[in-house]
Amino acid sequence: MTRRAWLLPALAAAGAASLYIALLFGSLQLSAVQVLDALIAPTPGVIDDVIWKLRLPRALASFACGGLLATAGVLLQVLLRNPLADPYVLGISGGAALGSLVAVLAGAGLVVVNLGALAGALGAIALVFALSFRAGDWNLHRLLLTGVVLSAGFTALISLLLTLAPQAQLQGMLFWLMGDLSHAGASGYAWIVLAAVLGAFMLYAGSLDALALGPLKARALGVALGAVQSAIYFGAALATVAAVLLGGTIGFVGMMVPHALRLVGVHDHRRLLPASALAGGGFVTLADTFARTALAPQQLPVGVFTALIGVPVLLFLLSRRP
Amino acid sequence: MSLKAEQLTLAVGARTLVSRLDLALAPGELWAVLGCNGSGKTTLLHALAGLAPAAQGRIAIAGRAPADYARRELGRSLGILLQREDQEFWGTLAEYVMLGRYPHARGLFGWGADDEAAGARALDAFDLAPLAERAYGTLSGGERQRARLAQLWAQDPPLMLLDEPLQHLDLRHQLQALERVREAVRDAGKAALVVMHDLAFAGRFDRVLLLYGDGRHAAGTARELLEAGRLAGLYGCNVRAFGAGADAHFIPVV
Repeated sequence: MTRRAWLLPALAAAGAASLYIALLFGSLQLSAVQVLDALIAPTPGVIDDVIWKLRLPRALASFACGGLLATAGVLLQVLLRNPLADPYVLGISGGAALGSLVAVLAGAGLVVVNLGALAGALGAIALVFALSFRAGDWNLHRLLLTGVVLSAGFTALISLLLTLAPQAQLQGMLFWLMGDLSHAGASGYAWIVLAAVLGAFMLYAGSLDALALGPLKARALGVALGAVQSAIYFGAALATVAAVLLGGTIGFVGMMVPHALRLVGVHDHRRLLPASALAGGGFVTLADTFARTALAPQQLPVGVFTALIGVPVLLFLLSRRP
Repeated sequence: MSLKAEQLTLAVGARTLVSRLDLALAPGELWAVLGCNGSGKTTLLHALAGLAPAAQGRIAIAGRAPADYARRELGRSLGILLQREDQEFWGTLAEYVMLGRYPHARGLFGWGADDEAAGARALDAFDLAPLAERAYGTLSGGERQRARLAQLWAQDPPLMLLDEPLQHLDLRHQLQALERVREAVRDAGKAALVVMHDLAFAGRFDRVLLLYGDGRHAAGTARELLEAGRLAGLYGCNVRAFGAGADAHFIPVV
């Protein structure tokens, strides 16, 4: 139980460091001391504006987004009993993408686009739930297949919209689909969702541990299976929706982060959940810092970098002998 | 705590495996369930544990139907050793065994001192303390089987259903596992129902339930039911008996 006790404090420190690095880099060259100065003793000026109005909100949005995706990944991997499940496997992101793209095509503003994404995501959640939850019990195969089939359907509709879309709107839509934090606004709601989902499931971490043994065994040990599975489904859905509203569909974080942590030996959910949130948050924050500075002033979609970093890291961890 | 089944009928598809079974498992009783492959032994255990519905009949645990229990309360009253666990467990053996304490957990944060003590006792009972920090996935088949037994011992329910507890175990640990079951029944007043195939140990049981797989069944003391002719009919092969009473054992002959 006390193995790798250093891991959580280390991840917390790394998360804080990632936020600091995000504040440090950008088109305006700032020294480490200037950033600290602006944080500790704000004085009106350009530096303060850059730190407090531009970089800090973006860094906080990135961190919340990554934390939410990794948390949703942990939950769905337990629910579907599949280490390769990710927050998008149930079609939530596809529904959100479809909703927001329809709003973009209709020429709506940012608020309506977000509402469109929310409506699409909630529609997908309700549809998947209605199709796979029968008579008080989950059929997990049907759940997974329903999600995959719906995702394929959404992808087809999205491709159709993209071919019909006017040239001017195409780049914005593509960025959204690849995951992009440059339009992320205030992230307060995402932090609230992250704290609520994380807190709730850390309290019931024992149920997740037992559920990881399989549904039959979990019931034999006294897990209220239907209730716990429903809670996991809606908790993961809520986290995914909040993340998708912030940054579109940023790939790889939700699948890779929990998997990587398990491979280094964290598996009890009381520690896996916070560890995943910290690692996912720090990872996306760093990737987004890179995405907005690598080819500055050109901003790149962060989802490209999460995949480019994530693929070799995961391949390395998988190839290690246990 | 007692376990009662009344007029229990079990079916898989259109096939009736067990018809109108009356069974009463009282504290201090040790039952063996014998029968061919597919004769409904596992189905019976799952029905008694409330994991699968019976086609007909009533089950009462201390006088109440399993459905009337809160799941965790049921987990404290009745435990089942499953024959198969498909799921790969990521943690250590000690963490696996500790999950048996799930129905007892009071605090939301970690285990209490009595949970830790029960887990340590369970590890010791099956010689697993030296392996406690090993990753569960690296254990051998027999070691995993002992881990499953230890998890049930950590759960520590008064009613125990064990589905082939001796599978994969070497001779010494077969004997050890049976002794642990007998101790739990004799000294701690538990009741156990054990599905098994190994007739070498059949004489150590007080009572026997024979399932024929076509609806027929027979229940009674080991002394009256365990004899070569009846077992030959049960298994469909010739059986020869050696010894008598607690030393009785049976081997199949061509």
